[in-house]
Amino acid sequence: MTTIKLDHVSRWFGNVVAVNDITMDVGPGVTGLLGPNGAGKSTLINMMAGFLSPSAGTVTLDGRPVWRNEDIYREIGIVPEREAMYDFLTGREFVVANAELHGLGDAEAQRALALVEMEYAQDRRIGTYSKGMRQRVKMASALVHGPSVLLLDEPFNGMDPRQRMQLMEVLRRMGAEGRTVLFSSHILEEVEQVASHIEVVVAGRHAASGDFRSIRRLMTDRPHRYLVRSSDDRALAAALIGDPSTSGIEVDAAEDALLIQAADFGRFTALLPRVARDHGIRLYTVSPSDESLESVFSYLVAA
Amino acid sequence: MVISVVVRLMAGADPQSAVNVLGGFALAAMVPIVGVIAGTGAIGPEIDDGSVMYLLSKPVKRRTVLLTKLVVAIAVTMVFSAVPTLVSALILAGTADGVAVAYTVAALVASVAYASLFLMLGTITRHAVVVGLVYALVWEALLGSFVPGARSLSVQQWALAVGGDLAEGKLVTSEVTTVTGAVLLVVVTVLAAWYGARRLRTLTPATEE
Repeated sequence: MTTIKLDHVSRWFGNVVAVNDITMDVGPGVTGLLGPNGAGKSTLINMMAGFLSPSAGTVTLDGRPVWRNEDIYREIGIVPEREAMYDFLTGREFVVANAELHGLGDAEAQRALALVEMEYAQDRRIGTYSKGMRQRVKMASALVHGPSVLLLDEPFNGMDPRQRMQLMEVLRRMGAEGRTVLFSSHILEEVEQVASHIEVVVAGRHAASGDFRSIRRLMTDRPHRYLVRSSDDRALAAALIGDPSTSGIEVDAAEDALLIQAADFGRFTALLPRVARDHGIRLYTVSPSDESLESVFSYLVAA
Repeated sequence: MVISVVVRLMAGADPQSAVNVLGGFALAAMVPIVGVIAGTGAIGPEIDDGSVMYLLSKPVKRRTVLLTKLVVAIAVTMVFSAVPTLVSALILAGTADGVAVAYTVAALVASVAYASLFLMLGTITRHAVVVGLVYALVWEALLGSFVPGARSLSVQQWALAVGGDLAEGKLVTSEVTTVTGAVLLVVVTVLAAWYGARRLRTLTPATEE
């Protein structure tokens, strides 16, 4: 049972603040580090992996500092985001080399390769591997010493759905075994399929934390904006504003449409078609106008 | 070596022309260039593409990582610079006057210092090859031939001081004394290795810069 503790950690590069005063504990099980690109996820992972010193605050692994402490790598396995590997080696040679750096041998390397189901291609050169295969060999090299902590930076990037499922399965298994698994992603659906716990990071700050249900709720309970076009915009607006699920309506003359702010998303989506039918109004367009991830995240940060 | 053969055919077995070729080409250009390639090549590309992370994320002292790289860099530099120097020297001068031995020893000790120096450069800058070549060619070869001060502050001259004593008479000379040369070589080698290891401890992933 290993816990990574971040205590008021900040990191800046020159005058750019990448990580801003984050405090969190990452414990056993699978934790997803969710945030848009450039939120500071990689910087956080690099600090947890001992590749970067925090500009302020401390990162500890069961009380021991991570920075400048090679011994922690007995317990940490790292899957970097970058693709670069030793392409002239075969998958097996690469994993064996990683095992030997841990003072281990062929047996452990074979076990790790079996774990990620890469035995069938282990004697091919890494240079010939597909992205998913590379990812799995990287996993094997990180798992070769049976680490209690596994850190993965954007592991699902560029994987096809089948490879994604396989990797999710491996991560779930690792988490169920009581290992501390942390992976980063910018896709909520990806994170909530595997992670029992989610940490949301936006613009270097810790925006939210909890299981996927509470994160989901935070994201769906926020005020939603819709763009609606109908046969009679003003009559529809008058009918909708009578219900508490609608908090504001704007008539956009230029767009020839209504911009509706819904306070209660569930109730509004049920209300809108009913009201339209009752008043004999035809709906031409109903589209959420701010579903982009960025707006969801900015809402979370403001919350 | 091709140059050696041509000179040998034109001038015969003459210790002085051997000194000119070996001092002017082998030690002044070949050894440092091979040193740059081997020294920076031992670690630069891995740092550049990020694969060095696989080495660093292991419970291995960074000092050990650097020293291993250093041994390889030294060996490569020796094989590709000192061995050709020896062969050229034998072609040019045979075993006469100890010239061959002197230059080979000089190339060997220079290999150690260059490899260490350029390996350190590889951990400091991504442009280690350029910086290394500028040092080797501009500082040691070019400035060294005009400015005497630059000459006494160069690995090449220190190595010559160490090797020079093995040749008869005053055939192979250096700007500095043998002892000074030897001490400076050791100091530079050790300092560069120490600093390189220090850099490795605080190496930042390339993506973060």
